[in-house]
Amino acid sequence: MAQTATTAPERAVEAAKISVRGVSKIFKRDGKEVNVLDNINLEARKGEFVCILGPSGCGKSTLLNIAGGFLKATTGSITIDGEEVNGPDPRRIFVFQERGVFPWMTVEGNIGFGLFKLPKEERRHRIAHYVKLVGLEGFEQAYPQELSGGMKQRVEVARALAVNPDVLYLDEPFGALDSITRLIMRSELLRMWEAERKTILFVTHDIEESVQLADRVVVMSTRPATIRRIVEIDIPHPRDISSPRYLELRDSIFEEIGLAHKV
Amino acid sequence: MTLSRKLLPLPAMAVLISAWQISVMRSDSTILPGPWAVVLGIMELAQKGLLLKYVVASLYRVTWGYVLAALIGIPFGLLLGWYKRGEKAFNPIIQILRPISPLAWIPIAILWFGVGDGAAIYLIFLASFLPLTVTAMNAVRNIPEVNLNAGRNFGLSERQLITQILYPAVAPYLIVGLRITLGIAWLVVVAAEMIAVNSGLGFLIIDARNAGNRYDLVIAGMVLIGIIGIVLDAGMKNLEKMKSIRWGYGGN
Ligand SMILES: Nc1ncnc2c1ncn2[C@@H]1O[C@H](COP(=O)(O)OP(=O)(O)O)[C@@H](O)[C@H]1O
Ligand SMILES: [Mg+2]
Repeated sequence: MAQTATTAPERAVEAAKISVRGVSKIFKRDGKEVNVLDNINLEARKGEFVCILGPSGCGKSTLLNIAGGFLKATTGSITIDGEEVNGPDPRRIFVFQERGVFPWMTVEGNIGFGLFKLPKEERRHRIAHYVKLVGLEGFEQAYPQELSGGMKQRVEVARALAVNPDVLYLDEPFGALDSITRLIMRSELLRMWEAERKTILFVTHDIEESVQLADRVVVMSTRPATIRRIVEIDIPHPRDISSPRYLELRDSIFEEIGLAHKV
Repeated sequence: MTLSRKLLPLPAMAVLISAWQISVMRSDSTILPGPWAVVLGIMELAQKGLLLKYVVASLYRVTWGYVLAALIGIPFGLLLGWYKRGEKAFNPIIQILRPISPLAWIPIAILWFGVGDGAAIYLIFLASFLPLTVTAMNAVRNIPEVNLNAGRNFGLSERQLITQILYPAVAPYLIVGLRITLGIAWLVVVAAEMIAVNSGLGFLIIDARNAGNRYDLVIAGMVLIGIIGIVLDAGMKNLEKMKSIRWGYGGN
């Protein structure tokens, strides 16, 4: 993680990039209260890849939406670089599943979508760069419905990266892909992350996925979600997913969640 | 579609028309004029200068009623869809008005506008307004939340959200709605002209019967209505081929 050569004292005082403090969320629906998040505390360092892992329906998307500024926390707050989040902001981009691409725009149009403030020339330049980064050369003029699920997902990631955000929120981005494409997309994402070093909050319900990707895995409980444990994944990339350390970390999370991994 | 498949309807039509002609000739029918009589009828109308006059009169009314309905109904529907409160407030009224056939308004249209273009245009306006409003409202309501959130995330203002996300997202639905509604408008103009005016294709049909039982002209009128209806629909269908809209029609 320590990609910048800062001296030890500087690093020690470096504040967290993202800090979640005492966040709770209660939805009110039809007069009933649904308690979704219960006092979540969490920090992410600059350039860190954090996975939020939990069962479906526990409140992961809710937490990510609060961090993205799309929802308000009932109590508590989230700050980024010390500044409180209270609305969406192009400095932190939310990547939905591939559903988020605009079907009425070409690949190029989608990737350049957030660049409307830039001069034309620079815009073109950036689009070309990100088309290449996500390996969609030759598809610049294609419309999303002509692309596979994995390609659409690449478009979304490229669209997010193109505006050069410091934070990326990914909400089960590969959940709708087949398992082979999912594996490929994971290593692609790591490659891009290593190239650009964004701070990433990545939501998933897939234990393997979290251990393959993250610097730290935040394991959440069922609803109302609390943090059960935070697991540091101290394996350098590229990770050998049959190494003893990988298996040990993976199994400890399985145990934490209370699952015997026998089928 | 290959050319041969495009031409496929022609033989079917030829068979049908021949069968029609032959059966009329064989039976010496007086209750149905044959296709040839209908062709002669159309030529007679053309010679008298009525063909062009009536077609133009009908198209004129449809154009005004339909365009006015589109200009008012679509923005109104978009607003209702965008502002949920608006929809809550107006939806019950819309739902009550919707099952009332536009033809039920004929007496009131004549009372307000007298016999003439005004009444017919008003009826077509009524027939087109609600379908277009409802189409626009539903189109906005169906914009995926993720698309709007993505727009907000990239820092779009409310205005940019409307021009860059709302408009392109609703366009395919509006085009379909416009096409269907033009079909309705064309149905209604004929009925309106039978009662509320004294020119146009609807008037032609009712007048040909009343003034001398000219059933060849009645069917001539029907044929003209059919042909113009197809042409209008084909014109609208062409709009669906636009690249930036094609995504909305499933498949490729
Ligand atoms: N707007 C809402 N109103 C009421 N309940 C909601 C709303 N959004 C989510 N919930 C509820 O909150 C819980 C957590 O949802 P979510 O954050 O989407 O879970 P996850 O992403 O972990 O699967 C679910 O039980 C869901 O039904
Ligand atoms: Mg979710």
